[in-house]
Amino acid sequence: MWERKARLSTAVIAAGALLSVSACGGGDGGGSEGEEPTAWVLNGGVWNEVEEDFEAWNEENPDQAFAVESFANDIYKDRIRQAVGSGEAPTLIVGWTGGGLLEYVEGDYVTDITEETEELRGRLIESVVANGEVDGSTYAVPMNNVQPVVMYYNQAVFDEAGIEVPTTWEETLEAVEVFNEQGVHPFALAGGSNWPLLMWASYLTDRIGGPEAFQAVVEGEEDAWSHPAIIEALERCQELVEAGAFDPGFASVVADNNEDAHLVADGKAAMVLQGSWVYSRLLEESPDFMETGNLGVTTFPEIEGGEGDPANIVGNPANFWSVSANASEGEQQAAVDYLSDWLFNDEYVDGMLETGNIPPLTGLEEKIAETEDPEFLNFTYETVTEAPSFQLSWDQAVDPAQVQVLLQSLSQVFRGEITPEEFATNMNEAQASE
Amino acid sequence: MALPAVAFFGIFALIPLIGVVVISFMEWNVLGSPEWVGLTNWEAVLFDRPFTWTALGLTVTFVIGSYLFQAPVALLLGVFMAGQQRYRALLAVLYFLPLLFSSVAVGLTFQSLFSPNYGLSAALPFEWLPNDWLANSDLVMWVMIFVVGWCFVPFHGLLYQAGVRQIPQSMYEAATIDGAGRLRQFFSITLPQLRYTIITSSTLMLVGSLTYFDLIYVLTGGQPADAVRILPLDMYVTGFASYNLGYASVIAVILVAIGLTLSLLLNVLSGSSKMDSDKAGA
Repeated sequence: MWERKARLSTAVIAAGALLSVSACGGGDGGGSEGEEPTAWVLNGGVWNEVEEDFEAWNEENPDQAFAVESFANDIYKDRIRQAVGSGEAPTLIVGWTGGGLLEYVEGDYVTDITEETEELRGRLIESVVANGEVDGSTYAVPMNNVQPVVMYYNQAVFDEAGIEVPTTWEETLEAVEVFNEQGVHPFALAGGSNWPLLMWASYLTDRIGGPEAFQAVVEGEEDAWSHPAIIEALERCQELVEAGAFDPGFASVVADNNEDAHLVADGKAAMVLQGSWVYSRLLEESPDFMETGNLGVTTFPEIEGGEGDPANIVGNPANFWSVSANASEGEQQAAVDYLSDWLFNDEYVDGMLETGNIPPLTGLEEKIAETEDPEFLNFTYETVTEAPSFQLSWDQAVDPAQVQVLLQSLSQVFRGEITPEEFATNMNEAQASE
Repeated sequence: MALPAVAFFGIFALIPLIGVVVISFMEWNVLGSPEWVGLTNWEAVLFDRPFTWTALGLTVTFVIGSYLFQAPVALLLGVFMAGQQRYRALLAVLYFLPLLFSSVAVGLTFQSLFSPNYGLSAALPFEWLPNDWLANSDLVMWVMIFVVGWCFVPFHGLLYQAGVRQIPQSMYEAATIDGAGRLRQFFSITLPQLRYTIITSSTLMLVGSLTYFDLIYVLTGGQPADAVRILPLDMYVTGFASYNLGYASVIAVILVAIGLTLSLLLNVLSGSSKMDSDKAGA
């Protein structure tokens, strides 16, 4: 009999997986049982600074000490929604704003912190802060570095090829040809992770049609995905793939270990379009290469006749803290105290700058000039402060329920399995079914 | 004695199963409260969602492919490990190793090995090696069948080893005296005597691969969808990445139904309802 049960329970493993959610679905106020404020953070790069910052806070404020848990990026994203939905959210919730924050606000899962964080927001870059607002009230404040997507390149590879770093689309296509002749991948691309594909699609859309093209999608306009700028952007993506612009194995390259950036560091690829966080990761993981000073950084190429300002950027303005509405009063107070009295203290800011991360504070020029390697920091800081528009990553901006369709359809576009028009149809349908 | 087993089964299998059936009639995106929508989810998943059938087809390929790969290899390995050859014990330990690794660790390791830039293909000079193993739609399913098989063959090998060890030596001695060769002995003694082990192992393999999830998820994340997203992955992605718990529950219920049917069918076909449970569970 034992075997039959074993078989039966094997058969319902599937059901068991769903239990983990359904079992905690009805619970509320789980966070209020223990009087200890909690914070979930991610790991690696700038998050080490965040954890150290909490340690310092805990030492000075033992009554309001936070229990900090760290997660890998994808695992965090899986967990946090279940935690929030079931009332088990940590007191401080890391978010990316956009569609996710909107849902939290609509469901009253996070608290209005407009008044409590007024002073803090006064010290921060406005275009970044604005992402944490819903209908004029603040529900989330930036808590770490600004994360624009930039173009990294290996100067040594360009020297060998005898060409300049491309600044326009024409030059980009020419560079692709030259590098292919030399047997170097023009661009590394972590297509296995899917989201790096978004960086290409969203930059191209912005350069061709300006921020308005995607804004229509965010606002839920009918057939917004069929905007000519989006279609043309995807056509250009396919054009790049056909021209051999990407590492031919791009579909199996994953971004988790920064494999794409390492291809550039190792001279196997000339350029990579990636987030600013890659810089601090490379400092950690490829110190030898970073010492050569061959890593360059520039903006996404201009497109002749495009409507978008070439100074526009895309990426993540920062990660944001929200305060869980399910936390007890004491816990919420601790969270608010941490945000208003402690966040972006001098030590935290210096630690971030030292590790190649830029906090979204205004008037940082002098501090940056004092750092060991001001070049990259200066570039990022200027790019962010001077950008007329900072487009939030598409996967964060859209309704969370559409993200999978978006990533999957885009990956099919890059593989040449569907046309840009079919992509638009898929996305319009996904949007309409909401 | 039966009570703990019944309680265990009820708490960990029956109650969640009922929960999933209930959710399959509801619309729920994890945030907020579930809403009753009747048969809408069922109609949508079965009739308006062509991918369900794609995923089902992939699942069938995966289950059959895994079985055809694992069963013969495990059987031969088990027979070998039950023997008395030199170095057998040492080799048996090596064969056993994959069973000890966590599937996430195995997944990450294979991911590195298959990496087109830093993996095996960069280290070894074989021309066929550089390939998009984890992303090429034509290859990825076979790669999954291989890696998952690599993980599970040791376990089934162990089942067979135990089964072979229980075959009375006198049978082989008698056969040798009658002049039967090794091959003949394998087909006329070993195989028939292993009948119950084969049934147990086959059931575990078939139902196990029907609901298999972790390695494929770690290795591919369920992409490319139309080449590798079998039903359990489809359920996960639908439920926990697209937050459509209603659809995901429908898929879960379908999986449970297929799994139960399959294991009952195997039971009936093999006549194992008559079997004594002394050996097979070993």
